[in-house]
This record gives sequence, C-alpha cells and structure tokens, in this order.
Amino acid sequence: MLLEALTLQLGYNATLVTIGATLLGIAAGATGTFLYVGKRALVSDAISHATLPGVGLAFIAMVLLGGDGRFLPGLLLGSAVSAAIGLLCVSWLSTRTRLAEDAAIGAVLSVFFGLGIVLLTVIQTISSGRQAGLETFLLGSTAGMLWNDAVIIAAGGALVLALVVLLRRPMTLVAFDAEFAASTGVDVRRTDLAMMGLALAITVVGLKIVGLILIVALLIIPAVAARFWSDRMGRVVGIAGAIGGASGWIGAALSATAPDLPTGPIIVIVAAGFFAVSLLCAPGRGVLAAVLRHRRFRARVHVRQGLLALAQEQPIYEGLTLRLMRRAGLIRADGVATDAGRAKAARALLDERRWQLLRGDPRHEAAAARYDGLTPLETLLTADQIAELDRALKPEVAT
Amino acid sequence: MGLEFVSLSLPPLLIGIFAAIACALPGNFLLLRRQALIGDAISHVVLPGIVLAFLVTGAVSAWPMLLGAGAAALVTVLLIEVIRRVGRIEPGAAMGVVFTAMFAGGVLLLEQSDTSSVHLDVQHALYGNLESLIWLDGLGWGSLLDWEALKGLPPELPRMFFTLLFVCAFIFLLWRPLKLSTFDEGFARTVGLPTGLIGLSLVVVAAIAAVAAFDAVGSIIVIAMFICPPAAARMMTNRLEAQIGWSVGFATLSAVLGYVLAGYGPLRLGGQNAVSAAGMIATVSGVILGVAAVAGPCRHRAGAPAG
Repeated sequence: MLLEALTLQLGYNATLVTIGATLLGIAAGATGTFLYVGKRALVSDAISHATLPGVGLAFIAMVLLGGDGRFLPGLLLGSAVSAAIGLLCVSWLSTRTRLAEDAAIGAVLSVFFGLGIVLLTVIQTISSGRQAGLETFLLGSTAGMLWNDAVIIAAGGALVLALVVLLRRPMTLVAFDAEFAASTGVDVRRTDLAMMGLALAITVVGLKIVGLILIVALLIIPAVAARFWSDRMGRVVGIAGAIGGASGWIGAALSATAPDLPTGPIIVIVAAGFFAVSLLCAPGRGVLAAVLRHRRFRARVHVRQGLLALAQEQPIYEGLTLRLMRRAGLIRADGVATDAGRAKAARALLDERRWQLLRGDPRHEAAAARYDGLTPLETLLTADQIAELDRALKPEVAT
Repeated sequence: MGLEFVSLSLPPLLIGIFAAIACALPGNFLLLRRQALIGDAISHVVLPGIVLAFLVTGAVSAWPMLLGAGAAALVTVLLIEVIRRVGRIEPGAAMGVVFTAMFAGGVLLLEQSDTSSVHLDVQHALYGNLESLIWLDGLGWGSLLDWEALKGLPPELPRMFFTLLFVCAFIFLLWRPLKLSTFDEGFARTVGLPTGLIGLSLVVVAAIAAVAAFDAVGSIIVIAMFICPPAAARMMTNRLEAQIGWSVGFATLSAVLGYVLAGYGPLRLGGQNAVSAAGMIATVSGVILGVAAVAGPCRHRAGAPAG
C-alpha cells in the first residue's frame, strides 16, 4: 500500500496531492534556507497567521458579489494581500518603534489570527448553517482537491523555485551580511522584500495542503536540518530543497494510505524526522560526530600523557590510559612497555623537549601559539628548523 | 439586564479579564528579555499535552489536562534549549522546529484517537469557548452573596482567579531579582543571583498562566495577551513599574471591550449570532497596540531621532 502510494499508483487524487506536496516542499525548503541564514525564520510564522483575515474577507467579498465563496484563486489572492499587510506591520513595528522583531512578530500573528477567527464566525452567521469550509485552511485539507487546485500549487511552487534560482546571489549576500551587501551595490531593502515575498508565496500556495498553522514548519525545518550537512550556501539550499521535497512526497504518500492521517501534520512529522536524523548523524555538526570527535581527542591526550610517563619511567595508574595503551600495543598486559611503546615514548619526550625550547624562544612566537600538547612539532617546522632546535637541545640530552 | 448579565456575561467577562492580566504580567518580562515568542510556542504545544492526557485518562477532565499541557510546555522549553545548545542553532529557528513538530504530533494524535464522543478538537484548542462559560445559578446580583449559588460557578473562574493570584505573588516576591536579571543579567550574576534559575522560573510561571488561560479562553488570547498589552505599555513609559500598570490596564480594557463588542456589537448591527469573543479580544488588543505605536510618548528607541 505504502509502496504503491510512493510510486504514485494510488489513484488520481492521491497522485495530485503527492506531486503538489513534493513541489511545495522543494520550494519551501530552498526559500526557508535564506530566511534561516538571515535569522528571520519566525517572520514566516507571522506571515502565515496573517493570511487568515484575508481568506475570510475574500470569502465575504465573493459571496456579496454573488459568486461562490470557495473559489480558490480568489481566496489565495485575499490571503496574499492580508499576509503582505501583516508583513509590512512587522517591519514597521520593528524599525519605527522600540519593539524588537520577535515582539512585532508575536503581536502581528496573534492579532491577525484573532481578527481572522472573528471573520470566520461572521461567515458562519451569514452563510447560515451552510458549511463554508474555511476551517480547512487552518490545518490544510487534501480530501477534495481538484485538478485546478493542483495546477495552482504546482505552478506556484515552480515559480517560487525559479525565482530562488534567479535571486540566489543577492539573497545570499543580504542574508549573511546586509551591510557588506549594501556596500557592493545590492539593494538590500528590495532583496529583503523579495525574500519575504517568496516566503509569502510559499505560505499562500501551501495553505490548501498544509494549512496556515503548519506551513511555517516547511519553511523552517528543512533549512535547519540541511544546515547540519554543509557549510556552503549553495549546497545547503539544495539539501534543504531535497529534504523538503522528500518530506512532502513521503508525507503525502503516507497520508494517502489511511483515511484519518491528515496530510499537513504527517508532512511536518516526516520533516521533523529528517531534522532529528540530521541533528544526530550529520558529519561535522551532528551530535554523533561531536561525541566521536571528543572521544578521539580524549584518547590522544591520554596516550600522549601515558607515553611521556613511560619515557620518564613514571608509573601509570589511570585506568583509561592503561587500556588505551594496551590496545595500541604500547605496553604489555602487566604494564611494562613494549619495544614499539619505548620507541614512541622516546619520540614523544623528544617532541615535548623541543616544544619547551621553542616556547621559551621569542623568535618562534608564532609557532609557540600553536602548542596544545598534542601536535608533533614536525608538522609545523621545516627539517632545518628542527635540526637547529636539536643543536640547542644536544647538551641537555647528552647529560 | 441585571439578571441576564450576572448569569450570562459576568463569569466569561471575569474569566477573560483574569486570563488577560495573568498572561500580560509575565509577558512584560518576556518582552523585555526578548523571549516574547515563548508564549507562542507554549500555546501551540498545549494541544499535544491535552491530547496525551486525554489518551492516558480516557476522559475530558480538567486537572489531568492541565498537567498534560504543563508537562508539554516544560518539555518544549527544555527541547528548545537542548536543540539550541547541541545543534548550535539560533533560538528562533530552534523554537520553530520544536513547536511546529509538536503541534503536528498533537493534531495527528487527535485525528488518530477516537475523540468523536467528547468535545476535544483543534478549533476548541485555538479559540476556546469563552461564551459558553455561563453561570446558571446566578439569578441576579444577590447570588454573589449566596454560597449555594456560588458553587455553581464555572470551575474555570476560580481556577483562573487563583492562577492570577499565583502570578501576582510570584512577581511581587521576586520583583527585585526579576527586574535586575531582566535589565542587566551580567550584573545580576556578579551580585550572586541565580539568573538561569530566575529565567527558567519566569518561563514556568508563564507556562502555568498560559495553560490555565488556554483552558478557559483558547490559545489565541494567550499569545495576544502575552505580547500586545506589554508591547503597548512599553510605548507609554520608560519605567518598569508604570509599564506593568499600563499593561494591566490595557489587558483589562482589551478583555472588556473585546467581550462587549463580540457579544453585543453584531446584535446591534442586526446580526443574529455573536462573533468569537476570543478573536475579538485579540483584535482589540491589536488596535490598542496600533494606537500606542502611532501616538505613544515613548514609542521610539532611546537615542533615535524624534519624528
């Protein structure tokens, strides 16, 4: 069943939803990366909540004009307009008043959402019992998705993606360092506006599938997850797009396999799964990698100290040091040094002596700053320099 | 008027006021500490908390749900902190990851479990049912002195009242440490205050207020009251004492005006049904913030040019 869903063989509607969710996920992941890098991730939360009054007003306007209130392009247009107003409110509050951006975000999202709820109850009154179905925009609903809706979502996703590719250079610059971007001639304000506009477009396009409360997850989670895997912006954008797309694909397929698995939340849960995997397993920034790095470092410190103790014929008592050195074949089970161990110990001691000499010599100040008790001096100095150090060391070694 | 007012409007009005003040008080400190969105995160994760509590106990009863919601709020705060430190992610994004994932989990649990027999759904969690908290035994102003009738009050009213008392007591008792660690954390640490503990306890108190208020009025009021009244008060004054006074005033005004507008406005305009009181209270608080942001005497950043 799941396999069929993943390979798009579960019927017309499920296929539409899956393709739409995948495109949406890719576009959201790529766009969200710029927001996250620019430390503006939660602005998308304000944008998404601010869509609700627009949806309500559009519905009322279309009913008053005698049309069908549920006409999707009309609702999306209304949501885009009110989200844009919300966005302007956030930027006005955070630049023109003393409020910080997070307070502005919170104020806008709660007030617009409250107003939206008021409008929804007004609509319940005027449509007098007939279900307007606008509540589905809160959490998304894919049950009755039509061909036209799917085309809108797919086209919107593709358009956003194309704009991201076009604007990636100025957006990267502004996201990382707005002042530098301004000094190179990038119009920071317009680029910022474009970035927010793309987030707004994603929100509006995603209203139908994911709903306005959870769409922010598609903008944030893939980007944060992707950041663990690379330090290069281009790659992070690509990975975020891939994670977003995969979440959309798998989530939509999963939700098609059972009747009471709502699409939006499933997609978000799948994305959160990707995040958890990235947090734990990513090389470099992941938790597992950090633990391994720490253990390797600890082992090197212990072995080094053990070797120095061997060379100076001091006894070793520390359990971990003994275990590590035994495993490396440096000492025998009874704690007596093997030949290899003696050789390495002598070298470690020589290295430590050289370092001591070097750190007392002001001419080697730059190299001395690299001292950490682990790095062999051979990796820093040329053979000639070492030979010179050794000449100074000779009398001491001889005695 | 008197009879109807006491039984139908007085309890929800009082609950709304208590909830608004209980959220606005810690909101002042959260706003100044740049943690304003903690309220947003907490009110989202309340949903998985109450759903889990429902699944464990199998009944819609107040205390297990409050405990579940409180536990979920604590787990969220800890998770945000862990992800922020372990993954070296900026706090906003860490918050976004945690609360959206947990909210999605809550919706999923809700859809998966059989809750059709009980009144538990996403809409209820979002905007509460302030209007339905009526007092059937309230037969006029005299009932306020009648112990038997008072027992029939909606249980949310005393719960919200005691929550408000608790929040007030917390802020009154910890006033100096709170103020000090909010404005100058480094100095607070050098004089020996446990700033980490103070910060955590503030978040816990905010979570308690949010959870209790959510039960009565839904999460939308909670987020609005955490941020809008303190933010508007911040535009009015530079002194913390005065700011807290203003924020309490604004919170009360939002609750009263919002409730009255939602309950009586549509009827005056010829409609049949009242609109959502929770949504209206949030809207009014936004209007107050808007007015303060345009005309408040202290709306500019210190040092910014006037005009």
